[in-house]
Amino acid sequence: MPTTSVRLSDTKTGNRVRLVRIDVQGVLRRRLLDLGFVPGNVVEVLQKSPLGDPIAFRVNNTTIALRQEESSLIFGELIGGDRS
Amino acid sequence: MAKPYATNSSNSLDSLFAAAAKLAEGNSIRDGIVSDIYKTTHEICRESVRYEDRKKLETTYRLDKIVTSPIWGFPIMLAILGVVFWITIAGANVPSEMLASMFTWIEGYLTAGFQALHVPEWIHGVLVLGFYRGTSWVISVMLPPMAIFFPVFALLENFGFLPRVAFNMDRLFKKSGGHGKQALTMSMGFGCNAAAILSTRIIESPRERILAILTNNFVPCNGRWPILILLASLFMAVGVSSQYQTMVTAFIVMGMVLIGVAVTLAVSWVLSKTALRGIPTHYTLELPPYRKPQFIKTILISSRDKSWNVLKRAVLVAAPAGVITWILGNVDVGGTSVLNHMAAFFDPFARAIGLDGFILMAFILGLPANEIVLPILLMGYMSTGAMVDADGLDNIKQIFLDHGWTWLTALNTMLFSLLHYPCGTTLINIYKETKSVKWTVLSGVIPLAIAIAVTFAVAQTVRAFGWV
Amino acid sequence: MTTYRIALAGNPNTGKSTLFNALTGLRQHTGNWAGKTVERAEGEFTHNGKTFRVIDLPGTYSLYSNSADEEVARNYIIFEKPDVTIVVLDATSLERNLNLALQVLEMTNRVVVCINLMDEAAKLGIRINLDRISERLGVPVAAISARSKTGIEALLDLVEKVASGRIVPVPIRVTYSEEIEQSIQKLEPFIRQTLGDLFPARWVALRLLDGDGSLLAALKEHAGESAPVKEVVNYGQTVCH
Repeated sequence: MPTTSVRLSDTKTGNRVRLVRIDVQGVLRRRLLDLGFVPGNVVEVLQKSPLGDPIAFRVNNTTIALRQEESSLIFGELIGGDRS
Repeated sequence: MAKPYATNSSNSLDSLFAAAAKLAEGNSIRDGIVSDIYKTTHEICRESVRYEDRKKLETTYRLDKIVTSPIWGFPIMLAILGVVFWITIAGANVPSEMLASMFTWIEGYLTAGFQALHVPEWIHGVLVLGFYRGTSWVISVMLPPMAIFFPVFALLENFGFLPRVAFNMDRLFKKSGGHGKQALTMSMGFGCNAAAILSTRIIESPRERILAILTNNFVPCNGRWPILILLASLFMAVGVSSQYQTMVTAFIVMGMVLIGVAVTLAVSWVLSKTALRGIPTHYTLELPPYRKPQFIKTILISSRDKSWNVLKRAVLVAAPAGVITWILGNVDVGGTSVLNHMAAFFDPFARAIGLDGFILMAFILGLPANEIVLPILLMGYMSTGAMVDADGLDNIKQIFLDHGWTWLTALNTMLFSLLHYPCGTTLINIYKETKSVKWTVLSGVIPLAIAIAVTFAVAQTVRAFGWV
Repeated sequence: MTTYRIALAGNPNTGKSTLFNALTGLRQHTGNWAGKTVERAEGEFTHNGKTFRVIDLPGTYSLYSNSADEEVARNYIIFEKPDVTIVVLDATSLERNLNLALQVLEMTNRVVVCINLMDEAAKLGIRINLDRISERLGVPVAAISARSKTGIEALLDLVEKVASGRIVPVPIRVTYSEEIEQSIQKLEPFIRQTLGDLFPARWVALRLLDGDGSLLAALKEHAGESAPVKEVVNYGQTVCH
């Protein structure tokens, strides 16, 4: 099945993304894992801040906002939900 | 008794740790532990949690689509801020007046009682004109706005609005080099800067935490609200017809808050380019679901915890300050009171920044707590002979006018109050939290320098254009 | 009269504080954790004639000492050994919340899992099989709505049973990968030799494998102090049931 690998920072509102890889190290990596940014998990792109950054994601039924610096290091594959 | 460790030496603990490190080798174990736990929870949930309708889950996010939308995000934030101030100002006016006249009424009986008992005049001065008046002042000016502001703010907090503010404003903080959670610690500052300093613990990076600490003062705390509200309503909202006065006052107070936010961002930006250089650290912000606050409970708890504590502190500081101010105002050296000497000393400099000697002195004596700046100022004015009973807001304005106040004096007093150094308690907390004399001193000096620069610029500009 | 010590653990925004307030009412006071700049809230309540002292631990996503909050919560559970730790979970996001529950269960078996916000979950159409969760976790599970104060009596009954030893939970044991399990096995005897049976050896092993330096520091500090005068749950032995 052909899929496209995207950075979370490049996703659009409404996208659903299955996480593949998290290129973050240290404490933040642990925090992201704690919050549910785990490879294999599906996150939904909810909303961009009025100023464009951060982006709010829905993960495990919670809403977590990530700045571009972090979300650009998280990779996943689009699995639909593209409403545009 | 519990058993002590089999071996108490920390050496054996160290070697244990080393043995584990050798087994662990690298990062893979850390990830393994978390993802294995995750697998287990995932499995448990798959077996025991069922979603009837996934669409329903989205209801929580619908409101966010509006509250954090590109078009409505900022207008809604400003509107809510404005409404909170409007409610506070509109609601506090009448009870403030009532409390003030009640205290004046009681004061009449106290004075009569002291006279009937032939108590020496100076005891009456210290106890009634100093202690009682200072305290009752603080209560009547501060209690009503605080009793309204805190519960309303607590309702917003419990509803889950504050994280949305942080979400909307994050980019501004990122650009200025601060931490996204700085918006949250600023919100705490609306209540009390000293408490907000403790709340900066949620920021883990030392650099960004110091930024949040150094700039927290630019959010007006409960000790400064009354000055801002009072002066805005007495001097700024005079030109408009009476039914809009409250609204204009709310707008002015909101303007002050926005100036504070702008200064916060500017100072953060300058500091993160100079003394606190560095890039913003990572940041995750949870936007919890909106929850309908429990109105009565929230109001009761916040009245008890916040309003009451604030009042207690105000009275504890205001009472001795009232006594000291009265004494300073009534001990004569060379024909004039000590208070007048001090005010005269500060006067030339104070005039240059659009204030007067008494105002500046009130801010200096008010270092222990911002709550007492206004009472000290009024007592200072009243002790100079232009004796007016301050039994109502109109009379307060008369006292100010008798001492040559213009709208510029009021504006600069508000600006100085907004920007000047934090109160003593806050400074002590800053020292406790940073354990650094340098940062403690800077957190007083930077705001002071900005306060002087801004008020000087405003005063000189206004005078140069002949606006007053 | 016995006084039991209860700790409340849970993610942020799970209504943990609402539960704390519902339990203790006005009988509470706040302060700071010793040596830490983290708020500590403590209170008391009675249930079935027993007194319970309850500590509201800081709300955390995990107990892996990523922050001062997490250290405080971990240290309380592991060193102060509360009679029962209530893990408060948000019914609307169980998956993330259960992570913390599993972490606590590695530290102690004296746990009651309390699923809060059941009313919200019902509104969102989330159906939760409590028996199944309880069975899988191996600890009693209570469903409550702290705001409307429903289910709290049943929760407290379970808490009392665990505190008094009438229920002895046998918690789930998370199975890790082969590599991790082997390392744990190698470390456990050393840990028992060094620390005795004061702490759950499997958990200590995991923390050490994780390179948790802050736990090492806390252990050293703790070794210096006099041993706490408290009833110690013997983690080293399997509980009878």
